[in-house]
Amino acid sequence: MDGLDRFLNTFFNGAIFARYLPDMLAGVWVTIWLAAAVIALGLTLGLLLACLRSYGNRVVNLCIIVFADLGRALPPLVLILIMYFGLPGLGVRLSGPLVLILVLGFVLAAFAEEIFWAGLTSVARGQWEAGRATGLGFTQTLIHVALPQAIRLAIPPLVNRVLAISKMTALGSVIGVSEILAVASTAQSFTGSAAPLTMGAIAYVIVFLPLVILTRILEHRYAWKV
Amino acid sequence: MTRPMLELVGLNKRFGDLTVLHDIHLRVGQGELVFVIGPSGSGKSTMLRCCNRLEEPTSGSVLIDGADITACSPRALNKMRLNLGMVFQGFHLYPHMDAVGNVMLAQVKALGRSKDEARARALEMLDRVGLRHKSDAMPSALSGGQQQRVAIARALALDPKVMLFDEPTSALDPELVGSVLAVMKDLRTSGMTMLVVSHEMGFAREAADRVIFMDGGVIVEEGQPEAIFTNPQAERTRAFLSRVRG
Amino acid sequence: MEDFIRLFLNVEVMLRTWPLLKQGLWMTAQLCAVVIGLGLVGGLFLSFLAMAKSRWLRWPAFVVIDVLRAVPPLVLLIFIYSGLPFAGLDISPFAAVAVAFFLNNSAYYAEIYRAGIQSIPAGQTEAARATGLTSAQAMAYVVLPQAVRNVLPDLLSNTVEVVKLTSLASVVSLAELLYSANMARSLTYNSSPLVMAALIYLAFLWPLVRLVSRYQRKLAV
Ligand SMILES: Nc1ncnc2c1ncn2[C@@H]1O[C@H](COP(=O)(O)OP(=O)(O)O)[C@@H](O)[C@H]1O
Ligand SMILES: [Mg+2]
Repeated sequence: MDGLDRFLNTFFNGAIFARYLPDMLAGVWVTIWLAAAVIALGLTLGLLLACLRSYGNRVVNLCIIVFADLGRALPPLVLILIMYFGLPGLGVRLSGPLVLILVLGFVLAAFAEEIFWAGLTSVARGQWEAGRATGLGFTQTLIHVALPQAIRLAIPPLVNRVLAISKMTALGSVIGVSEILAVASTAQSFTGSAAPLTMGAIAYVIVFLPLVILTRILEHRYAWKV
Repeated sequence: MTRPMLELVGLNKRFGDLTVLHDIHLRVGQGELVFVIGPSGSGKSTMLRCCNRLEEPTSGSVLIDGADITACSPRALNKMRLNLGMVFQGFHLYPHMDAVGNVMLAQVKALGRSKDEARARALEMLDRVGLRHKSDAMPSALSGGQQQRVAIARALALDPKVMLFDEPTSALDPELVGSVLAVMKDLRTSGMTMLVVSHEMGFAREAADRVIFMDGGVIVEEGQPEAIFTNPQAERTRAFLSRVRG
Repeated sequence: MEDFIRLFLNVEVMLRTWPLLKQGLWMTAQLCAVVIGLGLVGGLFLSFLAMAKSRWLRWPAFVVIDVLRAVPPLVLLIFIYSGLPFAGLDISPFAAVAVAFFLNNSAYYAEIYRAGIQSIPAGQTEAARATGLTSAQAMAYVVLPQAVRNVLPDLLSNTVEVVKLTSLASVVSLAELLYSANMARSLTYNSSPLVMAALIYLAFLWPLVRLVSRYQRKLAV
């Protein structure tokens, strides 16, 4: 076997690809629903917190800011290890997927809150005044006037962040969640071949490239000419 | 004078140490158009904004058709504001809604009209400002003059008792000013009570019942347009007018 | 509550395991220096490729950047650490981590530089060229300094991400901060070392995160 053949055989072994395809598809499915759950939790919570922050209650806002700072400053893996290995000591035993969803969901919420809030503060003051002057209440103006504009401003940075945090579902492999990377690692140790790793990397590219392309599309920024 | 629709009683406004409005007394009768002039920074905008409490007055009160807006709860305030239509220098149309959506929003959410009712009324008001054919246009697709007329329709659709205009034509290119003034004249003819801050002296001569000159947060002088423009009593008024006329 | 303090905030355990964590912290610092340094330089290089006039340079650069953005850094790390030996390349954990995160971060830094450079009006380059600077000089002395200033919050925010990222090195048994803390946890049957690691990360990163928020108040309309 010459060098190229050996290389292909090690990293692109068709027989191994075929053998592990079903497992890999199962892993892809797990990755997708984990990411979906993380995104749903993170964006909902982040949006709620940003809205809550606009009411300007000092105590509440301090709590929100501390939450957002912690979520952005702490490495997610630290939180995952603390929840997965630490909590059972208190009699709270959470499953691997649940730990992953909670930690990554909170981390995404922290980033999303900051992004939505930046969007809200970017909405011109005149928009609020126009709403209030026509008899809309604070909450009504927030929901119908400020929020749609804030969300639109927030979308490009938000998609980038959603992409970065969805990819972190790969951390699940550390706590026994059988997502793509875990499937690939297991297969690699069984077969003694690097091919499953290649397969895993390809699977990630297929799953996440659409999001990457979406960030490219959003980059050609749409904006309201006011 | 006819029944006062808008009445400012001893209105004061301070920003920290800066006194912006000092003991303002002003009555605008039903169907009257009161025109406010004065140098930049004299407190004209602040006076208008105190009327619907976008700016909280420091003391004094504002009565709308006899009801005190300065003494009401936050919830009642939203209802009271429906009586005051406000038109801003910068239009402030909602960029994420088309023209008819802009005119409908507060009708549905603040006034409680049904969507159909609100839409019908919105189209009627857009027709009145000559923009029925632009009802589906987004604000970004409208000229400044058109945006301002949609903003007027947005205020009118709520059936206000008084309309407040804060330099409605100052942000417009000269050739677009006329269309907005035409709408305002039409409003005047139909008997709307109006308080207008503007530099359009020609419009004041034609349409105003009274002109008020403000400087340094006080009303310096008021009277018939002709009297103020041709024979101002106060030195400050004279100086201001000669500067404006150039 | 008492259990909670004993298991998570146990000062005695923290003090006992501190020497181990201190070593880990030192390793994390070295890792950060290497990965941030390489990433800043590699990113700049990659951003130049992505803005090259020739599409034969530009397109491959975009493909590399986008593939690197689609693949989780942990996957890249495992691929390099466990995969390369199959190709006959034995690689130390430190080198594997450095290469993997260098690649990952170059892509992110490249995107930031590119946004910054493209935010500078063409008139700046023209003015510089008109005064006799070469295009490289115009880039180095006129465009780049302004570009970097414009995207400083993003560079800072990505650097915070890099520091957090180094915690993944624990997965390939590189004895950085998190690995040491987790090791200490399994030795003491107590989670306080992990909490201490979290506090150490916070001590360094919280001020930076505050700074990012302060800079990044508004979104471009
Ligand atoms: N929110 C504010 N905070 C502090 N000062 C203000 C504020 N709004 C207006 N002012 C000041 O009040 C004065 C009157 O402003 P304004 O009512 O806008 O004048 P005009 O509309 O006549 O030009 C100005 O000196 C202005 O700087
Ligand atoms: Mg003004």
